[in-house]
Amino acid sequence: MTDLIDLTMLQALEGLAKKSFSAQELTARYIAASQKGQPQTNAYITETYAQAEQAAKASDARRAAGQVGAMEGLPLAMKDLFCTKNIRTTAASKILDNFIPPYESTVSQKLLDAGTITLGKANLDEFAMGSINITSGYGPVISPWSGAEPAKATRKLHAGGSSGGSAAAVAARMALGATGTDTGGSIRYPAAISGIVGVKPTYGRCSRYGIIAYASSLDQAGCLTRTVGDAALMLRSMVGYDPKDSTSMNIAVPDYLASLGKSVKGLKIGIPREYRLEGMPQETEKLWDNTAAMLQSLGAQIVNIALPHTKYALPTYYILAPAEASSNLARYDGVRYGLRVTGESLNAMYENTRAAGFGAEAKRRIMMGTYVLSEGYYDAYYLKAQKVRRLIRQDFLDAFHQCDAILTPPTTSTAFGIDEKTDDPIQIYLTDIFTVTLNLAGLPGLVLPVALCSDGLPMGMQLIGKAFDEETLFTLGDALEKEVGFTAKPPFTA
Amino acid sequence: MIDQIKRKKKDTLMSIDLETAAKIASLSRIAMEKPELEAMTNDLNKILAWVEQLNEVNTAATEPLANVNDEALRWREQDIIDDGYRAQEILVNAPSQTAGFFTVPKVVE
Repeated sequence: MTDLIDLTMLQALEGLAKKSFSAQELTARYIAASQKGQPQTNAYITETYAQAEQAAKASDARRAAGQVGAMEGLPLAMKDLFCTKNIRTTAASKILDNFIPPYESTVSQKLLDAGTITLGKANLDEFAMGSINITSGYGPVISPWSGAEPAKATRKLHAGGSSGGSAAAVAARMALGATGTDTGGSIRYPAAISGIVGVKPTYGRCSRYGIIAYASSLDQAGCLTRTVGDAALMLRSMVGYDPKDSTSMNIAVPDYLASLGKSVKGLKIGIPREYRLEGMPQETEKLWDNTAAMLQSLGAQIVNIALPHTKYALPTYYILAPAEASSNLARYDGVRYGLRVTGESLNAMYENTRAAGFGAEAKRRIMMGTYVLSEGYYDAYYLKAQKVRRLIRQDFLDAFHQCDAILTPPTTSTAFGIDEKTDDPIQIYLTDIFTVTLNLAGLPGLVLPVALCSDGLPMGMQLIGKAFDEETLFTLGDALEKEVGFTAKPPFTA
Repeated sequence: MIDQIKRKKKDTLMSIDLETAAKIASLSRIAMEKPELEAMTNDLNKILAWVEQLNEVNTAATEPLANVNDEALRWREQDIIDDGYRAQEILVNAPSQTAGFFTVPKVVE
């Protein structure tokens, strides 16, 4: 019999329905895998195995009683940015080390309602501020792909960020899928370099209620899975209107599973010339061309498009996101929850608490944000960036007159070591150069693995859709996935 | 270090000195000793020099964009109380509390 951790979600649902195994057996296998994988990857901040066992038992009881949710009995990792009732939620920050939410986020509640089982709270960059998951207050996440390069067997690779724990857990078979959040690429970048699928839906699809805020106009929840079909299933259980989030869109949600297996014939795929960066590894460029050729062979039509303001997306993001972060993180004051470090005055208490509780990257972004919002600089930085943001979105709106979806690399190169490039923050910011544009424009993106590069490490490709058209992405992604036939597993699997 | 920043100030349109960084740290309510502040000043100046490329973009006729979905925020529907009386649950996370209230260091003399 196949090892249960090698099944996809859709296969596991079939096995559960046929009573080939129970949710308790599936969960027990994943708990064992998580226990084995945790010392290797540090994918979890908090492991919740006892609760998972209870939840699996309850799931089997529901199934026996004929109450079967859309994801009944599937064990997941939950990014530790989603508030979970009575389960510690840290955002990977020491300032929230002892925070136990008295409420549940809308997205995690929807997943519970669908019948899922939570194995643990996944590691991330502190407050999701980072691209390679080294800013976590609970240690970096180590990619299960470490050791794939025979020449550098001891090199510890990063798993991407900020949803690094989610990506590592899914790639290492420690969880069947995981939630993530994506503010500048935090789902798509880790998925791309971990050989798995990552989807960020359109801004407004998922409720942000109960997700610890980083940059509210950009933050969006999504999922990391091993297949496109699994992503279609999981995302369907996460999205939907929520009156508790004023930016949640009150529009119908389609059945994404119905988008699978459809023909891509006649779909127009845009290739933006601005993503062909000078100095980008030739291998990445070649993979991009190959993927476009595959879509063409499947009947899609390739069109060249222009997204002229692409190069300004990252600097725009690094004004807007810190500005919003400085405002959102003002709430950590040592008064109502989280860490408190005493001081002689109220101000001293605030300052000491925040000095001790926040890590270096969070402090950097809070200060950057405070500066660009301060009197005399607001127009030059914040307002300017908001204007460039409109131009970036307009580029996409114009391009979508010519095409139905866009194909780009999700990043320039494969994963690097956790202690490389860490002295210059801008070098790390650059990993998000091809993902951040979508957050600024609010568009959906899907990343899927397409190949192993010559260094033995995986690389994905990114599909970008029109606002609220995740369906086309699932159709294209599913067709590509079948054509690519990516089956590589990381050197470490639990 | 400070000399370096002053030199930089001439080269780029906007950069910050140690005094400005101290002011930003204070506005951000983050206590910071001089070595940390110096490193932060250096980092912030690198980032500020990098984002300056936005000045190449002509935005004279462009409106700022705050909400990608062009949605005007909905009016709140009639605000019906459907939750509450959970003071004890909420205070569970309080670093310090007395008689059902959060407590802080004395503010008024």
